[in-house]
Amino acid sequence: MSTTLTPVLTAKWDQPNSFTLDGYGEYEAAKKALGMDPDAVIQAVKDSGLRGRGGAGFPTGMKWGFIPQGDGKPHYLVVNADESEPGTCKDIPLMMANPHALVEGVIITAFAIRANHAFIYVRGEVLHVIRRLHAAVREAYEKGYLGADIFGSGYGLELVVHSGAGAYICGEETALLDSLEGFRGQPRLKPPFPAVAGLYASPTVVNNVESVASVPSIIANGADWFAGMGTEKSKGFGIFSLSGHVTRPGQYEAPLGITLRELLDMAGGVRAGHQIKFWTPGGSSTPIFTDEHLDVPLDFEAVGAKGSMLGTRALQIFDETTCVVRTVLRWTEFYAHESCGKCTPCREGTYWLKQVLKRLEKGQGTEEDLSTITDIADNILGRSFCALGDGATSPIHSSVKYFRDEYLKHFEIGGCPFDPKKSTLWGEQ
Amino acid sequence: MTYSPEVRERLERDAKEIIGRYPKTRSALLPLLHLVQSEDGYVSDDGQELCAELLGITKAEVTGVATFYTMYRRKPAGDYHVGVCINALCAVMGGDEIWEELSEHTGVGHDEVTSDGKVSLERIECNAACDFAPVMMVNWEFFDNQTPASAKQLVDDLRDGKDVRPTRGPKRLCSFKEASRVLAGLPDDLAGDGPSAAGPSLEGLKVAKANGWKAPEA
Repeated sequence: MSTTLTPVLTAKWDQPNSFTLDGYGEYEAAKKALGMDPDAVIQAVKDSGLRGRGGAGFPTGMKWGFIPQGDGKPHYLVVNADESEPGTCKDIPLMMANPHALVEGVIITAFAIRANHAFIYVRGEVLHVIRRLHAAVREAYEKGYLGADIFGSGYGLELVVHSGAGAYICGEETALLDSLEGFRGQPRLKPPFPAVAGLYASPTVVNNVESVASVPSIIANGADWFAGMGTEKSKGFGIFSLSGHVTRPGQYEAPLGITLRELLDMAGGVRAGHQIKFWTPGGSSTPIFTDEHLDVPLDFEAVGAKGSMLGTRALQIFDETTCVVRTVLRWTEFYAHESCGKCTPCREGTYWLKQVLKRLEKGQGTEEDLSTITDIADNILGRSFCALGDGATSPIHSSVKYFRDEYLKHFEIGGCPFDPKKSTLWGEQ
Repeated sequence: MTYSPEVRERLERDAKEIIGRYPKTRSALLPLLHLVQSEDGYVSDDGQELCAELLGITKAEVTGVATFYTMYRRKPAGDYHVGVCINALCAVMGGDEIWEELSEHTGVGHDEVTSDGKVSLERIECNAACDFAPVMMVNWEFFDNQTPASAKQLVDDLRDGKDVRPTRGPKRLCSFKEASRVLAGLPDDLAGDGPSAAGPSLEGLKVAKANGWKAPEA
């Protein structure tokens, strides 16, 4: 095996006090950063090659660099902790077990972009994670790591943990900002981008949890250390989340560019007696892959070249007992449920996709329905207001591409050819 | 129903503390709606009116927001609000079967409450615990790796007032109203309970340790 795991953010998760300051340790990286020039901090993150870990992969340091300086306006940092993309389950355990990495990252990031107010927008449905965040922030205040004059540097920062209220769309950065301002979470027209007019129309950086939590390690160990891991254009490490029909599902922190074959070897393979059928590289919004793609390096470029996206490294594994039509229907129902209603292609398109897929799954469809769903998807993709609509088309297009025969089979036999019991966790007992 | 002077005074005091954290007052609306649920178990008419008053916006604006987010309930939740993940992966791993059996067992469907007012059921979307599929939530605490039998037992225990513990969470399960208070930004003292991480969260670290794999030295 060529690639090995590189626990950094996950390294102390097995310690009973990893979520406390005692377990985490002093904020040495923040102390170091606050002694640097803010621009040097931005440069270090640029040099590290860190790219956004929330799915899009935009270079983090470059995003920080877009914040206009000396503009006289307040600047804001908002952490996107609204992890809700189906299959994605890395930020939640990270904040549960290691919230101080995030808080320390917030201090460094906010300092770099000259923000004195930061927010962690965390989805509401994870009560214990929210407790841990509040506790970590309180500890940091008590130690003087937050508040006025941190480390005697003269720099001050207020950090607020803000709970959402159940809306996938708030993971979209401008919808998140509207939500944080106390409105319905609907995306804004871009431009202007948040770097120019974000929270309260002021320059704002919105970064994913894992991106921000990776920053202290970059400052502590150097940009070269981080850039020494991963591939040419996808540097560093990331948490890969294996779920579904895997012997040992879980969180595997590895350099970008590791393959699913390598990860499956570490996770004991697909569950005993079964074979992989299809999988998502980075959540339900990334086109599915099949057993042809086991050796694709999981970095932004290689996954993109094969027609999907690295996304959030949410590797949902489905074996041969799983009906792809049923799975796609359930994802589609999700998008229809979560569509914010602002734009017509997404609101209407996801609704009709759901109707046609329901018919197909029951075996009451026709071959023409297959053209209908791809046609609807074509009319959503690139025409919707934000990426939610685009994401909804990924399972449609990719499943029809790889599993057209399985769709046909449903209406040939007038029903679903699979027994759903066989795909359950207890189906083999 | 209108709030008694004592309740109103208490809610206003909490609300003012929350509002004070934000550069602009309207940002406090989502937390305040959670605060309303901590009092009433849902976003009551009175609660929405109070939010409007405290934030200087119209009640229609408050309602417009309250109806957008799924966690705000239009009618009272049970003491224990039980969610079954029916998103694709959990559904395939058994969430569909759990939902069907649980709904039949309790005699209530999505967004309905049992006649004793103790348990409400909801078909929930992905709750970011896919490596623990099939997943259930009670008052937004994790109940991992469920089966139809364990799900029914869980709900029976809740209705019988037995001691129920989340898989990764505090030693004691909060009521829906208590949980809503934490969501409003007024945390309880339970953060120290429960493991740092458990089960699948640790699989990668275990493999790394067994093989002596580490991130490179700086």
